[in-house]
Amino acid sequence: MEWLYVLMPIAGVKIFWPGLIILGIGVGVIGGFFGMGGAWMVTPGLNILGFPMAFAIGTDIAHMAGKSLISTMRHGKFGNVDYKLGFIMLVGTIVGFEIGAQMVMWMERLGNVEKVVRYIYLVLLVLIAWMVFHDVLKKRQKDRAAIKAGKEVDALSTGIEWHKTLHKLKIPPMVHLNVAGIYCSAWLPIFVSFLTGWLAGILGIGGGLIRMPALIYFIGCPTHVAVGTDLFEVMISGLYGAATYSFKGRIELVAAIIMLMGAAIGAQIGSVATKYIKGYGIRIAFGLAVIGCALSILMKFIGKWYPAYGTLMDDSATVLILGLVSALSLYIILAFIKGAKAELARKNVTA
Amino acid sequence: MGKCFKKIYRHVASLVIGGTGLILLLPALATAAGGGNIDMMVIVADTRGLPLFESWWANLYNESHVYFTVVTVILIPLIGVIFGTIADFFMKLIGLDLEHRELSEH
Repeated sequence: MEWLYVLMPIAGVKIFWPGLIILGIGVGVIGGFFGMGGAWMVTPGLNILGFPMAFAIGTDIAHMAGKSLISTMRHGKFGNVDYKLGFIMLVGTIVGFEIGAQMVMWMERLGNVEKVVRYIYLVLLVLIAWMVFHDVLKKRQKDRAAIKAGKEVDALSTGIEWHKTLHKLKIPPMVHLNVAGIYCSAWLPIFVSFLTGWLAGILGIGGGLIRMPALIYFIGCPTHVAVGTDLFEVMISGLYGAATYSFKGRIELVAAIIMLMGAAIGAQIGSVATKYIKGYGIRIAFGLAVIGCALSILMKFIGKWYPAYGTLMDDSATVLILGLVSALSLYIILAFIKGAKAELARKNVTA
Repeated sequence: MGKCFKKIYRHVASLVIGGTGLILLLPALATAAGGGNIDMMVIVADTRGLPLFESWWANLYNESHVYFTVVTVILIPLIGVIFGTIADFFMKLIGLDLEHRELSEH
């Protein structure tokens, strides 16, 4: 079974390459569907496959850049990427991220920052999950009220409408974001991206997990455009991160290329699956992913509070993350197959 | 008055964009996307017994991290585009419409 292992020339370890491809497919599907890089899923996966931690993060980021490029290309063709919004947000994201990263270094000098960061992460995830499900419930209430009143359900209605209030701020320059269908002050996306970038910098994550809901609830993007535009951001920040980590010699390109083979397929499936699932379906699945992520962090906390269960909790957190990745990938792949079958059947009828 | 404000805001916007570009060009500040501190220990790749391409790659890593970075940053999007195009080809082969999305709702 030697042929199932490939030697990583830089890290000097032999890795089970089908595992890399499977991981690539899984994270490609989820990333293409939700519009995020998925570092929180890949890094533990790479570590389990036997990657030294020093290389796991850099390799993950390198593959993330390529994978997001594939997904952005696909979403771009569907008209899901607002490039103008993406470029405006890039300004705030980078500045915010740098300030966040510098703040962490400053806090590190003051004392143990890790605990604080984990608490912030947990609170943030709970907040995002609440936002998503509160929005879903509100939307259902509105739909039910419309049906009761004998009116037609508005497909474009949303539950939470904070963005409408924010759009009332007319601070020049005003911008038309045609793909997202938004007219607002340019300072709104700059400020929101600054905030999400700052949080990502503090938490040491790529930021897709925070930016996607921020694009929906604060800027007012339709779900599909939020996914596509976020992927565009992830692509650029991933390339930037890949440059940083390769400069520090912490990237194993061979592994990134093998993962990209799987991710190319996964990203296509995930991106095309958004064609068949309504915006609120994506939001609900995203909310579930956030809950899983929050639970895994909570488990790590419990492991720290009760050291006797430390190993058990750490292992359980990893199993939860990988189980979540598998379940979500399966859900998206099945939705893709069902949608594709229906589309082909329709085509055959009209032909 | 309105025009004057617009002019000022345009200047501020260009300053912000220019400043961001500068930050991007400063390698010392390049900590984005993943962030965190990386140990400053030096890792040297063992090139003994590696096949031709992998040996060249590991040697490039050992000799210059700058060239290694440049090649990595060029290769990743290039490979992404190649794999993406291949996957695209197979998706089209199935007969799916990969240009339009019918659903339009939030």
